[in-house]
Amino acid sequence: MPTFWLIVILLALTACGFFGGRRRALASANGNPRDLHSLPVYYGANVAMSIAIPALMTLAIWLLVQPMVIETRVSASLPSEVIAENTSIGLVMGDVRRLSDGLDEAVVQGIFEEKQSFALNTEATDVRAALGTVGVALGSDVRPEVLAAAQQYRQLSSTGKRAMTLVCLMLALGGLALSLRNTNKTFRARNVVERGILALLVLAASLAILTTVGIVFSMLFETINFFGLHTWRDFFFGKTWAPNFRGDSELSMLPLLWGTLYISAIALLVAVPVGLFAAIYLSEYAGSAVRSFAKPLLEILAGIPTIVYGLFALLTVGPLLLKLFGQGEEGLLGLTWMSGATSVLTAGLVMGIMLIPFVSSLSDDIINAVPQTLRDGSLGLGATKSETIRQVVLPAALPGIVGAILLAASRAIGETMIVVMGAGAIAKFSANPFDSMTTITTRVVSQLTGDTDFASPETLVAFALGLSLFVLTLGLNVLALYIVRKYREQYD
Amino acid sequence: MNTMNMLDKNLDTTTTKITARDVNVYYGDSHAIKDVNVEIDANTVTAFIGPSGCGKSTFLRCINRMNDTIDVCRVRGDILLDGEDIYDKRVDPVQLRAKVGMVFQKPNPFPKSIYDNVSYGPRIHGLSRNKAEMDEIVEKSLRRAAIWEEVKDRLDAPGTGLSGGQQQRLCIARAIATEPEVLLMDEPCSALDPIATAQVEELIDELRANYSVVIVTHSMQQAARVSQKTAFFHLGNLVEFGPTGQIFTNPEDPRTESYITGRIG
Repeated sequence: MPTFWLIVILLALTACGFFGGRRRALASANGNPRDLHSLPVYYGANVAMSIAIPALMTLAIWLLVQPMVIETRVSASLPSEVIAENTSIGLVMGDVRRLSDGLDEAVVQGIFEEKQSFALNTEATDVRAALGTVGVALGSDVRPEVLAAAQQYRQLSSTGKRAMTLVCLMLALGGLALSLRNTNKTFRARNVVERGILALLVLAASLAILTTVGIVFSMLFETINFFGLHTWRDFFFGKTWAPNFRGDSELSMLPLLWGTLYISAIALLVAVPVGLFAAIYLSEYAGSAVRSFAKPLLEILAGIPTIVYGLFALLTVGPLLLKLFGQGEEGLLGLTWMSGATSVLTAGLVMGIMLIPFVSSLSDDIINAVPQTLRDGSLGLGATKSETIRQVVLPAALPGIVGAILLAASRAIGETMIVVMGAGAIAKFSANPFDSMTTITTRVVSQLTGDTDFASPETLVAFALGLSLFVLTLGLNVLALYIVRKYREQYD
Repeated sequence: MNTMNMLDKNLDTTTTKITARDVNVYYGDSHAIKDVNVEIDANTVTAFIGPSGCGKSTFLRCINRMNDTIDVCRVRGDILLDGEDIYDKRVDPVQLRAKVGMVFQKPNPFPKSIYDNVSYGPRIHGLSRNKAEMDEIVEKSLRRAAIWEEVKDRLDAPGTGLSGGQQQRLCIARAIATEPEVLLMDEPCSALDPIATAQVEELIDELRANYSVVIVTHSMQQAARVSQKTAFFHLGNLVEFGPTGQIFTNPEDPRTESYITGRIG
């Protein structure tokens, strides 16, 4: 029975259980819902939960675990000479899987009988040709050992599937029987359902956390692989970033880190004053009419995809800067500081524009959270509005604003698209903001999208870079949280 | 007419500090204060009493133009401080508020040190020439607000770390540091326990020597204890205004009597 039908049957059982539980509860109270401990719906939900949760969870785990178990058993039984001829056991197991899937497919399409398919042998039948007719292409002729392994694979799979169906149905029926037996008017179904909801919420929360942990670990393993192939001294303390796909590259993070921090610093220099002043105007001075259209307008900036900002950098800001500071006759100021449209300044300016709504809307919320009584107190002493803002409102809001700035900084560090299009691709140490530079994020992209062996240090360095970036932004976020928490209660 | 006024002044030896004539206040469409006429004397504590929403706080906030900070609020009529109309176009509300200080219902010390809280007003108005003078102003204000002894060793500690009663006295010190002529207090004790309330009330009585104090209160006992004059507001009208003793023992208006005996409010 296909898994799909098993799921349909389980869901149908669940639905029946719901109505059955409801009816049984009502019957136990002689049809008077007032005599029940909980609403009838809760009894139904309790029965449905007892059917669905254990059965579906077992199903999910079984589907995950069964292929792993079968794979290890089949690969253990493969004769070692089969592997020696090929390069790795992974490739042979790939053949085995494809062959067994192909045979299943052939049975479904009626080329072989069920029994006939298990009795196949390579001398009597051209398995490759037969499978070719059902659309399963094999790389080479089937060897007897591989066919035997594939048959074992199919055998184990179908046994496992049958066992899975049986176990799931038993669990569902067991849950149904047990919960129906419990259903009577004094049973506290409401509390049980409440616990079920709690479990659901806990599951959702832990899923999010586990995903983060999973991401970190997957990066960590690849990073460890990288440091097995490349010295960590060069990565952390080297001077040059020069990936060479013939091997023997210099892969130092430092030039990239410098580019990242330089561009982020320029972005923050743009975003923080503009964003903060915009927030002060909007929250303290603007009338409700101005506020009602200016704030959404500003927040539209936040909704623009970063690739569009990248285009803006490439097509508008870059050429404009080149015109102002560039070399040749076009330089309006007669300067020759800039040689191309892509530069740290281009990317930094555009990224700063992108961060304005981020800083302003967070700061706006924080400034609005400063109690009105503080403003009244200052105004009541004869302070002007701007004195009040400078000396009372901003100091009170400062921790929150610092938090907002740090969050903006971690976005700037992780930004990719604008940098790809606006900053160029040259990794170097330079203090000149008109130079091309590159960042960690763009190098991660270019190292992974290259046409190289996945196991080479030139590719694996992407994971080390990604992990460094993760640690950097995580540090900034933690710092932001710490600052916000530490000073938050000042005016509470 | 002139001689009449002169005679009056001679009779009770007090001068009128604030005069309100036909004051009306509107919040958008609602009419919050209706034709209020009142004269507040110098060196006197005047209490405003009345049920919630009767307009006493609104009227108090008219005296230092704090209502200007509320967009929908409009004030009509004249309020004179020492004979000058405070709603005249030539009057800068910021200057006015330096002369008419205010203490709020909830203690609202700034998130700064105790010293900076008190020196805030003098600093923005340029009342001191050097650090020594500022130290003097801070100490004097804290002493007058009867909190010097408690905080003199920790002037650098944040003002928000004090207890509620101490915070309110700090706010009073902050208000008197700018040397105002009038001190407005909007239910200054409503967030305080009885002991802190007693301290603040004692302080109000001492402040009378230098300032005119106007206090809004919900506690009739407090009004009776601290004030010399009492005004009773009801639904935006000033119902009765007179010496505190008379208002509490022999009110003329039946509404006043109902309120102070607890039948309305």
